[in-house]
Formats: sequence, structure tokens, C-alpha cells
Amino acid sequence: MKHRSKVSGVAALLVVVLLGGSILALRRVESLRGPSATLEEVLFVPSGKTLKKMSLGYSSLLANIYWTRAVQYFGARLVQNSNRYDLLYPLLDITTDLDPHLIEAYQTGSIFLAQRSPAGAAQPEKAVALLEKGITANPDYWRLYFTLGFIHYLDRKDYKAAQEAFARGAEVPGALPWMRVMAARMAERSDDIATAFSLWKAVYDNNHDKMVRDSATKHMASLRADADIQELQRRVQTYRDKTGSLPASWRDLVRAGILPGIPVDPSGAVYVLMPNGAVWVEDTKPMPFVGESFQGDVH
Amino acid sequence: MTSRLSAITLNTFREAVRDRVLYNLVLFVLLLVASAPLFSQISIGIERLILVNVGLSAMSLFGVVIAIFIGIGLVSKEIEKRTLYTILSRPVRRWEFIVGKYLGLLLTLIVNAALMTLGFYLALFLTARQYTRADAGILVAIYFIVLQFLMVTAITLLFSSFSTPIFSAIFAFALFAIGTFGEDLHNFAATASGATKWLAMGAAYAIPNFASLNVIGQAAHDQGVGGSLIVFNTIYALLYSAAVTAGAVLVFERRNLK
Repeated sequence: MKHRSKVSGVAALLVVVLLGGSILALRRVESLRGPSATLEEVLFVPSGKTLKKMSLGYSSLLANIYWTRAVQYFGARLVQNSNRYDLLYPLLDITTDLDPHLIEAYQTGSIFLAQRSPAGAAQPEKAVALLEKGITANPDYWRLYFTLGFIHYLDRKDYKAAQEAFARGAEVPGALPWMRVMAARMAERSDDIATAFSLWKAVYDNNHDKMVRDSATKHMASLRADADIQELQRRVQTYRDKTGSLPASWRDLVRAGILPGIPVDPSGAVYVLMPNGAVWVEDTKPMPFVGESFQGDVH
Repeated sequence: MTSRLSAITLNTFREAVRDRVLYNLVLFVLLLVASAPLFSQISIGIERLILVNVGLSAMSLFGVVIAIFIGIGLVSKEIEKRTLYTILSRPVRRWEFIVGKYLGLLLTLIVNAALMTLGFYLALFLTARQYTRADAGILVAIYFIVLQFLMVTAITLLFSSFSTPIFSAIFAFALFAIGTFGEDLHNFAATASGATKWLAMGAAYAIPNFASLNVIGQAAHDQGVGGSLIVFNTIYALLYSAAVTAGAVLVFERRNLK
């Protein structure tokens, strides 16, 4: 009996020590294989249709696994500030082949694909292909038409295609009446900050994914800053016309009755007034897309 | 001690052979002989690829199935037939019985894998009519499959040391399936935050990671595997198997056999 309790003690100690050792070895294996090892392996079977046959009826479960992999792949690349997202579209394509009704993969995946690097894969054409595939499989889901119109407008600058997408979506029962308004604005080729802002606001409201919402928040903050900068520069010009010189600080404009108070950007920091009269933000981190609206671009 | 261990090991191996376990080799050869020419009829230039994929996958699956179905009976069968009492009444320690059983089943699986490897290389030669340098790289994938057997056998033995055969089989198969997706769990833990992160991380390190031992895809595509990965995968599989076997010993030592 004494011998057995001694063996038990040694065995318990061995379990702890060996398991600890195996964790250290596994960590080394992981660092040798790199974070994309699983993905590189799974893409040895690049066809979703083949995988569907191999999944023996569990294709929906496999689709969930592939969707999780796509999100993790995107998140990891985003953190690394990478501008290469080679596996993103194949992963999304496989996911939607396995489960053509996985709406989240089309909605969020297309936004991942369409956004410019480093915020996204900068592949709007592939985003459109993914959404068209989603619409074919789910023609009654109006939000897919919205995302399609959104990408045509903001990322591809194709007003006609955007108008068509919004108009097609507006016909779907249950679609918000707002879709018709967007179709009309596309027909007018409204290339203004307000249109871009309302589209990003709709993306924010219609998506539950944290990464997409974070991106939408940054876009909205950038657009608000762009609108503010445009307005502040107009007021600086008014001051110049009135006094013949540029203001040295915001106080000059307040004293002249041109501004009601010291202007602050969406992050709460005071706007920077440069000696040449140009206006900029203190820190671009909370609004990385600031200034894009002035580059002949609605971002 | 060594003679007692080797006696239990060899007896376990003999018993497995007597149970006609090696008959699976016939099915394996049939699969290999049939797959390559069959697929060459419907696709172009991928006979070798299919042969490697089918051959190695079959080797892994047959091994895992054998490990589980023999492993679940290793302890319970001895109790049922009451032969365990005869063994333990001799100067054989309980831990020697468990470790001997483990090594015996492992020996069965290694012999089985070695014979399959011979059949596989024969089929490879018949398909390509020659051997290339890349064919030697397949041996790494086979070695990793053997490392998988090391872990599966230990896991099955752990379950069989305290549970019924049917539940042991279910637990072992479930853990094998979860371990196959082990890397997904690691990736999930890496991107999660707060308590979820620590929970996922703990689970990811506690379950066996079979994903890093599966290089069948690379072998089929002639992609080499680094020397360091071979070394650390070996260390990982040995340590994990030893930890689980120690767990089985711990459970069996405390089990009331009366």
C-alpha cells in the first residue's frame, strides 16, 4: 500500500512536469510553423465544392470553421499592418461554397475585402464577386444589395452600378425606404461627404462585427473632420478677406466673431491652425482616413 | 523490471496479432492498388498526389482506429477475464502493467505502419516506375503519423483505466477530432481577449495537438519539413504521451480492483 502511494505521488509529479514540458515544446512548434500554418494546409484543398462532398453532410459546421479562420486570418493581418491578404478571398469563397446562406460571410467578408490596405485587402472587385454570389443564393436579403451599392460607390466609383444595386435592393420586400433615396443620390452622382457619411453610418448600424464597426467609426470620424476642416478653412478665408492677414490663432477668429469658440475635432483635440492658414488634426490615429475627401475621393 | 515490462509488451503484441489486427493491411493494399489507376482514369497528372494522400490518410486512420479499439480493451478485458488478478499476484507492479500494455500496443502499431509503408512504397514505384528524391520526404509524414499513434494510444489507455470500453472509445475519438482542430483553438485564443482568451489557451494546451503532426498535404506536394520542426514535434509527442501515460498510471494505482 505504501509502495502504491509512492508510485501515485511520482506519477502525479510526472503528469505536471511532463505536461508543462509538452506545452513548452508545443509553443516552439507553433513558432516554427508560423501563424498561417493551418491556413496554408487547408488550402491544399482549394475547392469548397470538393470539401462539401468530403464533409459527409456536415458542411454547415465546416463553413463555420472556415468563416472563423477567415476572420482570424483577417484580424491577424490587420494587427500586423500587412498589405497582403492573399488567402482572404479563397477562404471566403470556400466558406460560402460550404454554406451559401451564411450571410455574415458575405456582408462582413466583402467589407474586409473592399477596404484599402492596411485597413483591408483592397480587392473591391473580389468583394463585388462575393456579394453577387451571395445575392444569387439569397435574393431576398436586401442588406446584401446595400453592401454591394456601398462598395460600388465608395471603393469602385461606379455610380451606375451603385445606383442599380440600391434600386434592386429597394425592390426586395422589407427593404428600408432609405434604399430608394440612395439610388436617387447615386443617379445624381452625389460625390459629397454627407452621402459617404450616411453610407458608413448604415454600415455601422447593419453590422455586428467589431472590426467592421471600428472601421466604420474611424471612417465617420474622418469624414466629420473633413467636413469641419472644409468649413474652418472657409472661415479662415473670410477672416483674411476681412483683415487682409491670416489669423495667428483660433482666438483671432473668435474675437472677430467669425467662430463661436475654439474648434475641436471628433477625438476632442483642438484643430491645428497652421501659419499658412491650412487646418489639420492634432492626431490622425482616431481618424486615419482624414483628408481623403479632398483628394477627389469621397472616403 | 525490464524483463517484466518486455513480457507484458510482447504478450500485448502477440494478443493483437492473434486478434487478426494485421488483417487491415489487406484492405490497405487493396485501397492503394485500386485508388491510383482508378483516379488516373478521371483526372490528369495527379496519380502520385492521390496515392500519397490516400495512402498516408489511410495509414493514419487505420492506426488511430486500431489504437482506439484495441486500447479500450487493454485493461477492461483483463479485468473481465480475471487474468489481471493472476498477473498482479505475481511480482508485477500496476504501473508496469500499464506501461507494458502501452508499449505492446505501440509495437503493434509500429509494425503495422512499417508494413503499410512497404506496401505504400511498392505502390508508389508501380505508379511512377521510379523513385525520386521527394519520395524520401514522405517518410517524415509517416514518422509524424507514428508520433500521432504514440499520443492516441496513451489517451485511449488513460480513458480505459477508469471508464467502460464504449465510453473510452467515444472519449478517445472525440479528443482525436478536437485535437485535429487544435490549431484553430490556438488561433482563436490568440485573437480572443479577457477570460475567454485564458480559457481557450488553457484548453488548447491541455488537448493533444494533432494538427502540427499532420503534414500529409506538404508531403503530397513535395514540400519539405524543417529539421527543427521534426525535433520539436518529437519532443512534444513524447512528453505529451508520457504525461498522459503517467496519468493512466496514477488512476490505475488508485483504482479499487476488488
